[in-house]
Amino acid sequence: MEPVKPIPQTETMVLNVGPQHPSTHGVLRVVVELDGEVMVRAEPDIGYLHRGIEKMCEGRTYHKCLPLMNRVDYLSGEVNNFGFCLAVEKLLGIEVPKRAQYIRVILAEFTRIASHIFWLGTHGHDLGAMTPLFYGFREREKIMDLCEMVSGGRMFPLYFRIGGLAADLPEGFIEKAWEFVKEFPEKWKDYDTLLTENEIWKQRTIGVGVMSAEEALNWGWSGPMARGSGVDWDLRRDNPYSSYEDFDFEVPLGTKEGDTYSRYLVRMQEMLQSNRIIRQALEKLPPGDIKVDDPRVSLPPKEKVYTDIASLINHFKLIQEGLKPPKGEVYQAIEAPKGELGFYIISDGTAQPFRVKIRAPSFVVLNATNKLATGRLLADLIAIIGTMDIVLADVDR
Amino acid sequence: MHLAADLLKKQFPSEIVEVVEFRGDTTVVVKPERIRDICRFLRDDPTVAFKYLSMIAGLDYFPESPRFAVVYNLYSHQNHDRLTLKAYLASATAPAIDSVTSVWATADWHEREAYDLMGIRFKGHPNLKRILLPEDWKGHPLRKEYPQRGDQDAATWVNRRIDAKK
Repeated sequence: MEPVKPIPQTETMVLNVGPQHPSTHGVLRVVVELDGEVMVRAEPDIGYLHRGIEKMCEGRTYHKCLPLMNRVDYLSGEVNNFGFCLAVEKLLGIEVPKRAQYIRVILAEFTRIASHIFWLGTHGHDLGAMTPLFYGFREREKIMDLCEMVSGGRMFPLYFRIGGLAADLPEGFIEKAWEFVKEFPEKWKDYDTLLTENEIWKQRTIGVGVMSAEEALNWGWSGPMARGSGVDWDLRRDNPYSSYEDFDFEVPLGTKEGDTYSRYLVRMQEMLQSNRIIRQALEKLPPGDIKVDDPRVSLPPKEKVYTDIASLINHFKLIQEGLKPPKGEVYQAIEAPKGELGFYIISDGTAQPFRVKIRAPSFVVLNATNKLATGRLLADLIAIIGTMDIVLADVDR
Repeated sequence: MHLAADLLKKQFPSEIVEVVEFRGDTTVVVKPERIRDICRFLRDDPTVAFKYLSMIAGLDYFPESPRFAVVYNLYSHQNHDRLTLKAYLASATAPAIDSVTSVWATADWHEREAYDLMGIRFKGHPNLKRILLPEDWKGHPLRKEYPQRGDQDAATWVNRRIDAKK
Protein backbone atom coordinates (compact mmCIF):
# COMPACT_ATOMS: atom_id res chain seq x y z
CA MET A 1 0.00 0.00 0.00
CA GLU A 2 1.25 3.45 -0.87
CA PRO A 3 1.90 5.87 1.98
CA VAL A 4 -0.67 8.60 2.43
CA LYS A 5 0.62 11.86 1.00
CA PRO A 6 0.71 14.75 3.42
CA ILE A 7 -1.75 17.57 2.84
CA PRO A 8 0.05 20.11 0.65
CA GLN A 9 1.11 23.34 2.24
CA THR A 10 -0.67 26.38 0.87
CA GLU A 11 1.86 28.35 -1.09
CA THR A 12 1.61 31.71 -2.73
CA MET A 13 1.68 31.86 -6.49
CA VAL A 14 3.36 34.50 -8.62
CA LEU A 15 1.37 35.75 -11.57
CA ASN A 16 2.50 38.14 -14.28
CA VAL A 17 -0.10 40.65 -15.40
CA GLY A 18 1.06 42.23 -18.63
CA PRO A 19 3.17 43.71 -20.14
CA GLN A 20 0.88 43.03 -23.09
CA HIS A 21 -2.61 43.15 -21.71
CA PRO A 22 -5.51 45.42 -22.65
CA SER A 23 -6.22 46.47 -19.09
CA THR A 24 -2.66 47.59 -18.36
CA HIS A 25 -3.16 50.66 -20.58
CA GLY A 26 0.10 50.25 -22.44
CA VAL A 27 3.10 48.18 -21.56
CA LEU A 28 2.94 47.75 -17.82
CA ARG A 29 3.91 44.53 -16.12
CA VAL A 30 2.64 43.89 -12.62
CA VAL A 31 4.16 41.00 -10.69
CA VAL A 32 1.39 39.79 -8.42
CA GLU A 33 1.86 37.35 -5.58
CA LEU A 34 -1.38 35.53 -4.92
CA ASP A 35 -2.65 33.61 -1.95
CA GLY A 36 -5.62 31.90 -3.55
CA GLU A 37 -7.32 34.82 -5.21
CA VAL A 38 -6.10 37.43 -2.75
CA MET A 39 -3.13 39.60 -3.65
CA VAL A 40 -0.29 39.51 -1.15
CA ARG A 41 1.99 41.79 -3.16
CA ALA A 42 1.69 43.65 -6.43
CA GLU A 43 4.83 45.19 -7.79
CA PRO A 44 4.74 47.16 -11.03
CA ASP A 45 7.63 46.65 -13.42
CA ILE A 46 7.98 49.70 -15.62
CA GLY A 47 10.38 51.07 -18.19
CA TYR A 48 9.15 49.30 -21.33
CA LEU A 49 8.39 52.66 -22.90
CA HIS A 50 11.41 54.58 -21.63
CA ARG A 51 12.67 56.79 -24.44
CA GLY A 52 15.09 58.92 -22.50
CA ILE A 53 13.28 62.17 -23.21
CA GLU A 54 15.10 64.00 -20.41
CA LYS A 55 18.45 63.02 -21.92
CA MET A 56 17.38 63.87 -25.45
CA CYS A 57 16.40 67.38 -24.36
CA GLU A 58 19.96 68.10 -23.28
CA GLY A 59 21.17 67.92 -26.88
CA ARG A 60 18.51 70.11 -28.44
CA THR A 61 17.47 73.72 -28.48
CA TYR A 62 14.45 74.61 -26.38
CA HIS A 63 12.09 74.74 -29.32
CA LYS A 64 13.18 71.32 -30.55
CA CYS A 65 12.14 69.86 -27.18
CA LEU A 66 8.49 70.68 -27.85
CA PRO A 67 7.75 67.68 -30.13
CA LEU A 68 9.25 65.40 -27.47
CA MET A 69 7.10 66.92 -24.74
CA ASN A 70 3.95 66.23 -26.78
CA ARG A 71 4.75 62.56 -26.43
CA VAL A 72 5.20 62.43 -22.67
CA ASP A 73 1.53 61.89 -21.96
CA TYR A 74 0.16 61.16 -25.39
CA LEU A 75 -3.48 61.39 -24.38
CA SER A 76 -3.10 65.03 -23.44
CA GLY A 77 -0.39 66.07 -25.86
CA GLU A 78 -0.83 69.81 -25.78
CA VAL A 79 -0.95 70.04 -21.98
CA ASN A 80 2.64 68.80 -21.76
CA ASN A 81 3.74 71.56 -24.10
CA PHE A 82 1.76 74.00 -22.00
CA GLY A 83 3.82 73.13 -18.94
CA PHE A 84 7.13 73.14 -20.78
CA CYS A 85 6.44 76.49 -22.48
CA LEU A 86 5.42 78.04 -19.16
CA ALA A 87 8.60 76.77 -17.52
CA VAL A 88 10.84 78.18 -20.24
CA GLU A 89 8.90 81.46 -20.19
CA LYS A 90 9.44 81.63 -16.45
CA LEU A 91 13.13 81.07 -17.06
CA LEU A 92 13.14 83.90 -19.60
CA GLY A 93 11.02 86.11 -17.37
CA ILE A 94 8.36 86.83 -19.99
CA GLU A 95 4.60 86.61 -20.03
CA VAL A 96 2.64 85.83 -23.16
CA PRO A 97 -0.18 88.17 -24.31
CA LYS A 98 -3.66 87.74 -22.86
CA ARG A 99 -5.14 86.33 -26.04
CA ALA A 100 -2.52 83.60 -26.23
CA GLN A 101 -3.12 82.76 -22.57
CA TYR A 102 -6.85 82.36 -23.18
CA ILE A 103 -6.35 80.24 -26.29
CA ARG A 104 -3.95 78.05 -24.33
CA VAL A 105 -6.57 77.61 -21.63
CA ILE A 106 -9.19 76.66 -24.21
CA LEU A 107 -6.92 74.04 -25.77
CA ALA A 108 -5.80 72.71 -22.39
CA GLU A 109 -9.36 72.30 -21.13
CA PHE A 110 -10.46 70.61 -24.35
CA THR A 111 -7.55 68.24 -23.89
CA ARG A 112 -8.62 67.59 -20.31
CA ILE A 113 -12.08 66.60 -21.46
CA ALA A 114 -10.61 64.34 -24.15
CA SER A 115 -8.26 62.72 -21.65
CA HIS A 116 -11.04 62.15 -19.13
CA ILE A 117 -13.27 60.69 -21.82
CA PHE A 118 -10.52 58.26 -22.72
CA TRP A 119 -10.14 57.33 -19.06
CA LEU A 120 -13.90 56.81 -18.74
CA GLY A 121 -14.02 54.64 -21.84
CA THR A 122 -11.10 52.40 -20.96
CA HIS A 123 -11.87 52.22 -17.25
CA GLY A 124 -15.45 51.24 -18.01
CA HIS A 125 -14.32 48.78 -20.64
CA ASP A 126 -11.89 47.12 -18.22
CA LEU A 127 -14.71 46.51 -15.76
CA GLY A 128 -17.10 45.18 -18.35
CA ALA A 129 -19.03 48.26 -19.43
CA MET A 130 -18.58 48.58 -23.17
CA THR A 131 -20.90 51.46 -24.00
CA PRO A 132 -19.10 54.43 -22.34
CA LEU A 133 -16.22 53.86 -24.74
CA PHE A 134 -18.43 54.28 -27.80
CA TYR A 135 -20.39 57.19 -26.38
CA GLY A 136 -17.27 58.95 -25.16
CA PHE A 137 -15.31 58.58 -28.35
CA ARG A 138 -18.11 60.32 -30.21
CA GLU A 139 -17.24 63.54 -28.33
CA ARG A 140 -13.52 62.86 -28.22
CA GLU A 141 -13.52 62.72 -32.00
CA LYS A 142 -14.90 66.27 -32.10
CA ILE A 143 -12.11 67.48 -29.83
CA MET A 144 -9.58 65.76 -32.07
CA ASP A 145 -11.12 67.61 -35.02
CA LEU A 146 -10.72 70.90 -33.18
CA CYS A 147 -7.05 70.10 -32.50
CA GLU A 148 -6.64 69.24 -36.16
CA MET A 149 -8.10 72.61 -37.13
CA VAL A 150 -5.52 74.63 -35.20
CA SER A 151 -2.43 72.80 -36.37
CA GLY A 152 -3.06 69.70 -38.42
CA GLY A 153 -2.14 67.27 -35.65
CA ARG A 154 -4.81 65.36 -33.78
CA MET A 155 -3.05 63.66 -30.88
CA PHE A 156 -0.01 65.94 -31.00
CA PRO A 157 -1.13 69.38 -32.13
CA LEU A 158 2.23 71.06 -31.38
CA TYR A 159 0.45 74.40 -31.45
CA PHE A 160 2.03 76.16 -28.45
CA ARG A 161 5.36 77.88 -28.80
CA ILE A 162 7.70 79.34 -26.25
CA GLY A 163 6.43 82.90 -26.07
CA GLY A 164 2.96 82.27 -27.44
CA LEU A 165 1.31 80.24 -30.17
CA ALA A 166 2.29 79.09 -33.64
CA ALA A 167 -0.59 80.98 -35.25
CA ASP A 168 -3.90 82.57 -34.40
CA LEU A 169 -7.05 80.46 -34.28
CA PRO A 170 -8.21 79.44 -37.77
CA GLU A 171 -11.48 80.60 -39.25
CA GLY A 172 -14.43 78.60 -38.03
CA PHE A 173 -12.75 77.34 -34.87
CA ILE A 174 -14.74 79.55 -32.50
CA GLU A 175 -18.04 78.42 -34.03
CA LYS A 176 -17.12 74.75 -33.80
CA ALA A 177 -15.89 75.18 -30.25
CA TRP A 178 -19.16 76.87 -29.27
CA GLU A 179 -21.08 74.02 -30.86
CA PHE A 180 -19.20 71.55 -28.69
CA VAL A 181 -19.50 73.58 -25.51
CA LYS A 182 -23.26 73.94 -25.92
CA GLU A 183 -24.03 70.32 -26.59
CA PHE A 184 -21.51 68.70 -24.26
CA PRO A 185 -23.55 68.87 -21.00
CA GLU A 186 -26.34 66.96 -22.76
CA LYS A 187 -23.92 64.34 -24.04
CA TRP A 188 -22.35 64.12 -20.62
CA LYS A 189 -25.69 62.96 -19.24
CA ASP A 190 -25.40 59.91 -21.50
CA TYR A 191 -22.26 58.81 -19.69
CA ASP A 192 -23.75 59.67 -16.33
CA THR A 193 -26.84 57.53 -16.82
CA LEU A 194 -24.72 54.60 -17.96
CA LEU A 195 -22.55 54.24 -14.88
CA THR A 196 -23.24 56.51 -11.91
CA GLU A 197 -26.20 54.57 -10.55
CA ASN A 198 -25.26 51.30 -12.20
CA GLU A 199 -25.34 48.57 -9.56
CA ILE A 200 -22.61 46.43 -11.16
CA TRP A 201 -20.38 49.47 -11.54
CA LYS A 202 -20.88 50.42 -7.91
CA GLN A 203 -20.09 46.92 -6.70
CA ARG A 204 -16.88 46.86 -8.70
CA THR A 205 -15.68 50.30 -7.57
CA ILE A 206 -17.00 51.19 -4.10
CA GLY A 207 -14.47 50.31 -1.42
CA VAL A 208 -11.77 49.39 -3.96
CA GLY A 209 -8.42 51.19 -3.91
CA VAL A 210 -9.08 53.18 -0.76
CA MET A 211 -6.71 56.03 0.12
CA SER A 212 -7.15 58.53 2.93
CA ALA A 213 -6.41 62.22 2.37
CA GLU A 214 -3.32 62.17 4.55
CA GLU A 215 -1.94 59.05 2.90
CA ALA A 216 -2.66 60.49 -0.53
CA LEU A 217 -0.34 63.42 0.22
CA ASN A 218 2.26 61.10 1.69
CA TRP A 219 2.23 59.14 -1.58
CA GLY A 220 2.52 62.33 -3.62
CA TRP A 221 -0.91 62.11 -5.20
CA SER A 222 -2.20 65.16 -7.01
CA GLY A 223 -5.00 66.15 -9.34
CA PRO A 224 -8.17 64.05 -9.46
CA MET A 225 -6.48 61.23 -7.55
CA ALA A 226 -5.93 63.45 -4.50
CA ARG A 227 -9.29 65.17 -4.84
CA GLY A 228 -10.96 61.77 -4.91
CA SER A 229 -9.57 61.30 -1.41
CA GLY A 230 -10.84 64.69 -0.30
CA VAL A 231 -7.70 66.83 -0.70
CA ASP A 232 -9.02 70.25 -1.67
CA TRP A 233 -6.24 71.26 -4.02
CA ASP A 234 -6.17 72.41 -7.60
CA LEU A 235 -3.15 74.21 -9.04
CA ARG A 236 -5.38 76.16 -11.41
CA ARG A 237 -7.11 77.73 -8.43
CA ASP A 238 -4.35 77.76 -5.79
CA ASN A 239 -1.34 78.78 -7.91
CA PRO A 240 -3.02 80.24 -10.98
CA TYR A 241 -1.08 80.41 -14.22
CA SER A 242 -2.05 81.56 -17.70
CA SER A 243 -5.03 83.66 -16.49
CA TYR A 244 -6.89 80.86 -14.73
CA GLU A 245 -7.76 83.42 -12.06
CA ASP A 246 -10.10 85.08 -14.59
CA PHE A 247 -12.40 82.09 -14.71
CA ASP A 248 -15.04 81.00 -12.30
CA PHE A 249 -15.04 77.24 -11.68
CA GLU A 250 -15.47 74.77 -8.89
CA VAL A 251 -13.04 72.12 -7.73
CA PRO A 252 -15.06 68.93 -7.32
CA LEU A 253 -14.19 66.75 -4.36
CA GLY A 254 -14.89 63.06 -3.89
CA THR A 255 -16.55 61.21 -1.07
CA LYS A 256 -14.79 60.76 2.23
CA GLU A 257 -13.88 57.14 1.50
CA GLY A 258 -11.43 57.99 -1.25
CA ASP A 259 -12.17 54.88 -3.28
CA THR A 260 -12.41 54.15 -7.00
CA TYR A 261 -16.03 55.27 -7.17
CA SER A 262 -15.14 58.57 -5.52
CA ARG A 263 -12.45 59.27 -8.09
CA TYR A 264 -14.93 58.34 -10.81
CA LEU A 265 -17.32 61.02 -9.53
CA VAL A 266 -14.54 63.62 -9.37
CA ARG A 267 -13.40 63.09 -12.95
CA MET A 268 -16.98 63.12 -14.21
CA GLN A 269 -17.62 66.50 -12.58
CA GLU A 270 -14.28 67.84 -13.81
CA MET A 271 -15.41 67.39 -17.39
CA LEU A 272 -18.33 69.72 -16.77
CA GLN A 273 -16.11 72.25 -15.00
CA SER A 274 -13.69 72.21 -17.93
CA ASN A 275 -16.59 72.84 -20.23
CA ARG A 276 -17.54 75.79 -18.04
CA ILE A 277 -14.04 77.24 -18.26
CA ILE A 278 -14.00 76.92 -22.07
CA ARG A 279 -17.37 78.66 -22.24
CA GLN A 280 -16.05 81.63 -20.24
CA ALA A 281 -12.80 81.75 -22.19
CA LEU A 282 -14.70 81.83 -25.49
CA GLU A 283 -16.96 84.58 -24.20
CA LYS A 284 -14.13 86.75 -22.91
CA LEU A 285 -11.52 85.93 -25.57
CA PRO A 286 -9.64 89.24 -25.98
CA PRO A 287 -8.23 90.49 -29.29
CA GLY A 288 -4.52 91.14 -29.66
CA ASP A 289 -1.20 89.46 -30.32
CA ILE A 290 -0.64 85.74 -29.97
CA LYS A 291 3.06 85.87 -29.16
CA VAL A 292 5.35 88.11 -27.16
CA ASP A 293 6.98 91.01 -28.93
CA ASP A 294 10.53 90.07 -27.92
CA PRO A 295 13.22 89.44 -30.53
CA ARG A 296 15.04 87.08 -28.14
CA VAL A 297 12.09 84.67 -28.22
CA SER A 298 9.65 85.19 -31.08
CA LEU A 299 10.31 84.94 -34.78
CA PRO A 300 9.71 88.19 -36.68
CA PRO A 301 6.75 88.32 -39.10
CA LYS A 302 7.52 86.66 -42.42
CA GLU A 303 7.03 89.77 -44.59
CA LYS A 304 9.58 91.63 -42.47
CA VAL A 305 12.12 88.84 -42.94
CA TYR A 306 11.97 89.44 -46.70
CA THR A 307 12.23 93.23 -46.52
CA ASP A 308 14.24 94.11 -43.41
CA ILE A 309 17.82 92.99 -42.86
CA ALA A 310 17.63 93.18 -39.07
CA SER A 311 14.60 90.88 -39.02
CA LEU A 312 16.32 88.49 -41.41
CA ILE A 313 19.33 88.23 -39.11
CA ASN A 314 17.08 87.84 -36.10
CA HIS A 315 15.14 85.05 -37.79
CA PHE A 316 18.35 83.32 -38.85
CA LYS A 317 19.88 83.50 -35.37
CA LEU A 318 16.77 82.21 -33.64
CA ILE A 319 16.50 79.25 -35.99
CA GLN A 320 20.21 78.44 -36.11
CA GLU A 321 21.18 79.11 -32.52
CA GLY A 322 17.92 79.02 -30.64
CA LEU A 323 16.84 81.16 -27.74
CA LYS A 324 19.17 81.49 -24.80
CA PRO A 325 17.60 81.88 -21.38
CA PRO A 326 19.75 83.35 -18.60
CA LYS A 327 21.52 81.11 -16.10
CA GLY A 328 19.18 79.76 -13.47
CA GLU A 329 16.77 77.05 -12.50
CA VAL A 330 12.98 77.05 -12.26
CA TYR A 331 10.22 74.64 -11.40
CA GLN A 332 6.84 75.14 -13.02
CA ALA A 333 3.89 72.90 -12.27
CA ILE A 334 0.53 72.85 -13.99
CA GLU A 335 -2.69 70.98 -13.40
CA ALA A 336 -2.59 68.34 -16.12
CA PRO A 337 -5.59 65.99 -16.57
CA LYS A 338 -3.74 63.36 -14.54
CA GLY A 339 -2.42 65.58 -11.77
CA GLU A 340 0.55 67.81 -11.14
CA LEU A 341 2.78 67.93 -14.18
CA GLY A 342 6.01 69.68 -13.31
CA PHE A 343 9.04 70.78 -15.28
CA TYR A 344 12.30 71.47 -13.52
CA ILE A 345 14.62 73.16 -15.98
CA ILE A 346 18.17 74.30 -15.41
CA SER A 347 19.73 76.68 -17.88
CA ASP A 348 23.47 77.26 -18.09
CA GLY A 349 23.02 80.23 -20.41
CA THR A 350 23.43 78.26 -23.64
CA ALA A 351 20.79 77.39 -26.20
CA GLN A 352 20.36 73.84 -24.89
CA PRO A 353 18.83 73.09 -21.50
CA PHE A 354 21.40 71.84 -19.00
CA ARG A 355 18.88 69.56 -17.36
CA VAL A 356 15.18 68.92 -17.83
CA LYS A 357 13.37 66.91 -15.21
CA ILE A 358 9.77 65.97 -15.92
CA ARG A 359 7.63 65.34 -12.87
CA ALA A 360 5.06 63.01 -14.38
CA PRO A 361 1.81 62.43 -12.45
CA SER A 362 1.32 58.84 -13.64
CA PHE A 363 4.77 57.81 -12.43
CA VAL A 364 4.03 59.01 -8.91
CA VAL A 365 0.57 57.53 -8.67
CA LEU A 366 1.67 54.11 -9.86
CA ASN A 367 4.11 53.93 -6.96
CA ALA A 368 1.19 53.22 -4.61
CA THR A 369 -0.03 50.12 -6.50
CA ASN A 370 1.20 47.72 -3.85
CA LYS A 371 -0.50 49.65 -1.08
CA LEU A 372 -3.83 49.72 -2.89
CA ALA A 373 -3.73 46.13 -4.07
CA THR A 374 -2.56 44.24 -0.99
CA GLY A 375 -5.36 42.21 0.54
CA ARG A 376 -7.74 42.71 -2.38
CA LEU A 377 -8.90 40.19 -4.97
CA LEU A 378 -7.00 39.88 -8.23
CA ALA A 379 -9.96 41.27 -10.19
CA ASP A 380 -9.69 44.49 -8.22
CA LEU A 381 -6.23 45.11 -9.67
CA ILE A 382 -7.89 45.92 -12.99
CA ALA A 383 -10.12 48.48 -11.29
CA ILE A 384 -7.12 49.96 -9.47
CA ILE A 385 -5.04 50.35 -12.63
CA GLY A 386 -8.06 51.83 -14.37
CA THR A 387 -8.77 54.40 -11.68
CA MET A 388 -5.16 55.57 -11.65
CA ASP A 389 -5.65 56.81 -15.20
CA ILE A 390 -2.05 56.08 -16.07
CA VAL A 391 -0.41 56.44 -19.44
CA LEU A 392 2.74 54.40 -19.65
CA ALA A 393 4.46 56.94 -21.86
CA ASP A 394 4.00 59.36 -18.97
CA VAL A 395 5.31 56.84 -16.46
CA ASP A 396 8.43 55.90 -18.39
CA ARG A 397 9.19 59.10 -20.31
CA MET B 1 12.69 85.95 2.13
CA HIS B 2 10.81 82.71 2.20
CA LEU B 3 9.39 81.81 5.61
CA ALA B 4 10.77 78.28 5.46
CA ALA B 5 14.26 79.56 4.63
CA ASP B 6 14.24 81.69 7.78
CA LEU B 7 13.05 78.78 9.87
CA LEU B 8 15.74 76.52 8.47
CA LYS B 9 18.42 79.10 9.20
CA LYS B 10 17.30 79.22 12.81
CA GLN B 11 16.92 75.48 13.23
CA PHE B 12 19.92 74.25 11.23
CA PRO B 13 22.36 77.20 11.18
CA SER B 14 25.38 75.08 10.28
CA GLU B 15 23.60 73.11 7.53
CA ILE B 16 22.42 75.96 5.29
CA VAL B 17 24.93 76.95 2.62
CA GLU B 18 22.95 79.64 0.80
CA VAL B 19 19.46 80.73 -0.21
CA VAL B 20 18.89 81.51 -3.87
CA GLU B 21 15.88 83.44 -5.18
CA PHE B 22 15.24 83.26 -8.91
CA ARG B 23 12.02 84.18 -10.73
CA GLY B 24 9.98 83.67 -7.59
CA ASP B 25 11.41 80.23 -6.81
CA THR B 26 13.31 79.79 -3.56
CA THR B 27 16.14 77.29 -3.51
CA VAL B 28 17.83 76.48 -0.22
CA VAL B 29 21.23 74.89 -0.69
CA VAL B 30 21.94 72.58 2.25
CA LYS B 31 24.69 70.21 3.26
CA PRO B 32 23.79 66.59 2.50
CA GLU B 33 24.62 65.03 5.88
CA ARG B 34 21.40 65.86 7.74
CA ILE B 35 19.00 65.95 4.81
CA ARG B 36 16.58 63.53 6.48
CA ASP B 37 16.32 65.69 9.60
CA ILE B 38 15.79 68.81 7.52
CA CYS B 39 13.06 67.15 5.48
CA ARG B 40 11.34 65.79 8.56
CA PHE B 41 11.48 69.21 10.21
CA LEU B 42 9.93 70.89 7.15
CA ARG B 43 7.18 68.28 7.01
CA ASP B 44 6.27 68.45 10.71
CA ASP B 45 6.64 72.15 11.40
CA PRO B 46 3.06 73.51 11.67
CA THR B 47 3.83 76.93 10.12
CA VAL B 48 5.27 75.63 6.84
CA ALA B 49 3.85 72.07 6.73
CA PHE B 50 5.49 70.67 3.60
CA LYS B 51 3.47 67.48 3.65
CA TYR B 52 3.94 66.82 -0.03
CA LEU B 53 7.09 65.99 -1.96
CA SER B 54 6.72 66.95 -5.59
CA MET B 55 9.82 65.37 -7.01
CA ILE B 56 13.44 64.42 -6.52
CA ALA B 57 15.93 65.06 -9.29
CA GLY B 58 19.55 64.03 -9.57
CA LEU B 59 21.92 66.50 -11.21
CA ASP B 60 25.34 66.06 -12.77
CA TYR B 61 27.63 69.11 -13.07
CA PHE B 62 30.51 67.27 -14.75
CA PRO B 63 33.34 68.38 -15.03
CA GLU B 64 32.80 70.81 -12.16
CA SER B 65 33.32 69.90 -8.55
CA PRO B 66 31.27 69.01 -6.55
CA ARG B 67 29.91 66.98 -9.39
CA PHE B 68 26.57 65.59 -8.24
CA ALA B 69 23.59 67.21 -6.56
CA VAL B 70 20.14 66.11 -5.47
CA VAL B 71 17.13 68.42 -5.65
CA TYR B 72 13.92 68.09 -3.63
CA ASN B 73 10.84 70.09 -4.55
CA LEU B 74 8.31 70.45 -1.72
CA TYR B 75 4.79 71.84 -1.70
CA SER B 76 2.74 73.09 1.21
CA HIS B 77 -1.02 72.76 0.89
CA GLN B 78 -1.44 75.01 3.88
CA ASN B 79 0.37 78.04 2.44
CA HIS B 80 0.22 77.03 -1.24
CA ASP B 81 3.90 77.65 -1.80
CA ARG B 82 6.94 75.72 -2.89
CA LEU B 83 10.46 75.24 -1.66
CA THR B 84 13.40 73.65 -3.42
CA LEU B 85 16.11 71.96 -1.41
CA LYS B 86 19.41 71.32 -3.09
CA ALA B 87 22.30 69.30 -1.70
CA TYR B 88 25.68 68.97 -3.42
CA LEU B 89 27.30 65.59 -2.87
CA ALA B 90 30.94 65.36 -1.89
CA SER B 91 31.99 62.28 -3.83
CA ALA B 92 32.37 62.33 -7.60
CA THR B 93 32.93 58.58 -7.85
CA ALA B 94 30.39 57.14 -5.39
CA PRO B 95 27.77 59.83 -4.75
CA ALA B 96 25.45 58.99 -1.86
CA ILE B 97 22.89 60.69 0.36
CA ASP B 98 20.40 59.57 3.00
CA SER B 99 17.07 58.32 1.70
CA VAL B 100 13.95 60.27 2.65
CA THR B 101 11.52 57.39 2.07
CA SER B 102 10.80 57.37 5.80
CA VAL B 103 9.63 61.00 5.55
CA TRP B 104 7.50 60.77 2.40
CA ALA B 105 6.45 57.43 0.95
CA THR B 106 6.46 58.91 -2.54
CA ALA B 107 10.25 59.34 -2.40
CA ASP B 108 10.58 55.60 -3.11
CA TRP B 109 10.36 55.70 -6.89
CA HIS B 110 11.88 59.15 -7.29
CA GLU B 111 15.01 57.92 -5.55
CA ARG B 112 15.08 54.72 -7.54
CA GLU B 113 14.88 56.77 -10.72
CA ALA B 114 17.75 59.02 -9.63
CA TYR B 115 19.76 55.90 -8.77
CA ASP B 116 18.96 54.29 -12.10
CA LEU B 117 19.61 57.23 -14.41
CA MET B 118 22.19 59.20 -12.41
CA GLY B 119 23.86 56.58 -10.24
CA ILE B 120 23.32 58.29 -6.90
CA ARG B 121 22.99 55.91 -3.95
CA PHE B 122 20.30 56.60 -1.36
CA LYS B 123 21.38 55.18 1.97
CA GLY B 124 18.59 53.44 3.83
CA HIS B 125 16.29 53.02 0.83
CA PRO B 126 14.38 49.75 1.30
CA ASN B 127 14.55 48.57 -2.30
CA LEU B 128 17.22 50.46 -4.23
CA LYS B 129 17.41 48.91 -7.69
CA ARG B 130 17.00 50.04 -11.28
CA ILE B 131 13.49 51.09 -12.20
CA LEU B 132 13.30 52.26 -15.82
CA LEU B 133 16.24 50.42 -17.36
CA PRO B 134 16.87 46.66 -17.34
CA GLU B 135 18.64 45.40 -14.24
CA ASP B 136 21.78 44.38 -16.15
CA TRP B 137 22.16 47.73 -17.94
CA LYS B 138 25.63 49.25 -17.78
CA GLY B 139 26.10 52.92 -16.94
CA HIS B 140 23.79 55.74 -15.93
CA PRO B 141 22.40 57.56 -18.97
CA LEU B 142 21.72 60.98 -17.45
CA ARG B 143 25.35 61.45 -16.49
CA LYS B 144 27.03 64.02 -18.67
CA GLU B 145 29.77 61.73 -19.97
CA TYR B 146 27.18 59.23 -21.21
CA PRO B 147 26.79 59.74 -24.97
CA GLN B 148 23.69 61.41 -26.36
CA ARG B 149 23.36 58.62 -28.86
CA GLY B 150 23.79 55.45 -26.85
CA ASP B 151 23.44 53.10 -29.78
CA GLN B 152 26.57 51.19 -28.86
CA ASP B 153 25.41 50.52 -25.31
CA ALA B 154 22.00 49.43 -26.50
CA ALA B 155 23.54 47.10 -29.08
CA THR B 156 25.87 45.43 -26.58
CA TRP B 157 22.97 45.01 -24.18
CA VAL B 158 20.87 43.29 -26.84
CA ASN B 159 23.81 41.06 -27.79
CA ARG B 160 24.34 40.10 -24.16
CA ARG B 161 20.70 39.15 -23.93
CA ILE B 162 20.89 37.02 -27.07
CA ASP B 163 24.06 35.29 -25.83
CA ALA B 164 22.46 34.58 -22.48
CA LYS B 165 19.59 32.81 -24.19
CA LYS B 166 21.87 30.49 -26.20
